[in-house]
Amino acid sequence: MSLKVIKSGILDTIQDNGRYGNQHLGINPAGAMDKYAMQVTNMLVGNKPGEAIIEMHFPAAVFMFTQPALIALGGADFSASINGEPVPKLHAIVVGKNDVLQFHKPVNGARVYLAVGGGLVADNWMNSYSTHLKAKAGGYQGRNLRKDDELLLRQPFSVSVQREEFIVLPWQADTKWSDDSKEILILPGNEWGRLTTESKENFTMTSFVITQQSDRMGYRLNNIPLHSITNEEVVSSAVSFGTIQLLPDGGLIVLMADHQTTGGYPRVAHVISAHHSKLAQMKAGDKIQFRLTDQQTAEELLIKQQQHLLQLQNACTFRLQQYFNK
Amino acid sequence: MHSSIIRYRIFPLGDSAITIDFGNCIDETLNKEVIRRFNQLQQQPFPGMIEAVPAYNSLTIHYDMVAVRKKGTDALTIFQWVEQQLLERLEQPVEHSATKERYMKISVCYEKEFAPDIEQLAAIKNISVEEVIQFHTSKTYKVYMLGFLPGFTYMGEVDEKIAIPRKPQPVNIVAGSVGIAGKQTGIYPLASPGGWQIIGRTPLKLFDAKRDEPTLLRVGDLVQFYPVTKKEFEEIKITEL
Repeated sequence: MSLKVIKSGILDTIQDNGRYGNQHLGINPAGAMDKYAMQVTNMLVGNKPGEAIIEMHFPAAVFMFTQPALIALGGADFSASINGEPVPKLHAIVVGKNDVLQFHKPVNGARVYLAVGGGLVADNWMNSYSTHLKAKAGGYQGRNLRKDDELLLRQPFSVSVQREEFIVLPWQADTKWSDDSKEILILPGNEWGRLTTESKENFTMTSFVITQQSDRMGYRLNNIPLHSITNEEVVSSAVSFGTIQLLPDGGLIVLMADHQTTGGYPRVAHVISAHHSKLAQMKAGDKIQFRLTDQQTAEELLIKQQQHLLQLQNACTFRLQQYFNK
Repeated sequence: MHSSIIRYRIFPLGDSAITIDFGNCIDETLNKEVIRRFNQLQQQPFPGMIEAVPAYNSLTIHYDMVAVRKKGTDALTIFQWVEQQLLERLEQPVEHSATKERYMKISVCYEKEFAPDIEQLAAIKNISVEEVIQFHTSKTYKVYMLGFLPGFTYMGEVDEKIAIPRKPQPVNIVAGSVGIAGKQTGIYPLASPGGWQIIGRTPLKLFDAKRDEPTLLRVGDLVQFYPVTKKEFEEIKITEL
């Protein structure tokens, strides 16, 4: 009745939309890094978009199913296989008892999502299943998955399937939405004006490299140091997913899902919400090119992204019904 | 009753949060206004509001763009609509009595093994270790904000005689450590890298995920530290388990 970890990965955690309403207590939301991918992957198996899901980095865990299940993979491509046979991402897959899912090499992206139809049994802490590693709460015992962990399925997969083999269902989720920008779009932050004219130019005219010091909390970026026209301290104040802070050494940090609730470094810019997904799939060594945009464009892009998700959800529901009722 | 008009400035914090800034300084009057407005928004959230985060001199509200778009009007951008919601609320006066301050006593053991930086602080400030303890325990501090870590409290202000800048490089700090950074004092609720100068440790659990209210302290609390011996520290610690 479970999904068993037979080999642990480097950082595999249960995540969802995140934990909101507690940031005034210093409790940050956590949640999936790539919420767009999380939602798409959940939709493929007929889950609600924010259902608890497994987020994996490379090298990722190896799983064995001790019962049949409907699963899907989304986000990054880590060259997944079931029982040694390659399986595509963004397809719903029916797996059988004793099927083994593993990941061989990072092809593109940084985070894979594994959704299981009906959802996984997970710890709810303050209205969220997302793993809070610092608080050691939520998800699977508040920690990353390890060898021999057994994740229980909330509902058994009861649809009878014809074959003993796993089945890749024939449709693929189309994750492309009307966004053709190659750059990561940003909005100026409250302290944008502190940057010198030259540094403002370098911000968007040159590219930044994501360094090894990058994790679920934030990405440290490498570039020629940026300069501020003032040394006036910023009194600590709230920050958000996508906030780009200017560090004292002239470097930048982009805050990600496990970011602190507040910060005292100048907030020079913010990555627009619609591009968090794109950002979350970047990894150390990747180059980021920023481009300034305005509030309205940022809002419109997010709404478009959301509309695409709704269409996808309808399509997935329809296909699943059609397939299993035929 | 306002003795003076508190000015503020509103700016976007990205595309899904908005900050009301009451001035770039640490000031008790401004912080009280932040807490009053925080309480007001908790009671009268606008449609699509996710949560409000009070800081020293600012209040940030995170919102759900999709939910706001459903409620708002096409004539305004989502940000403009949220801004309007806030302005309407800011125009309403909030009563001072709406904010009740709790008085919290926090035991701290200032003995050397729990206070890696106390001797150096005393030496730099040219006072004795006993005086550091005396200065630290003789004042009541205000919890201005929580942030950085679950349950981490930013409190102030310590006497100038024990004020000291944070360390240039963070070190590993044990849970319960009580530190000073500038004129701020605070307690690390969890083990974490940090740069505050550590002068003692509390046996109390400032954060416990298993409690209904996981953090011991809230924004607006008044905190008084009192010294305990290592023996008392151990005794209190047992009751906290």
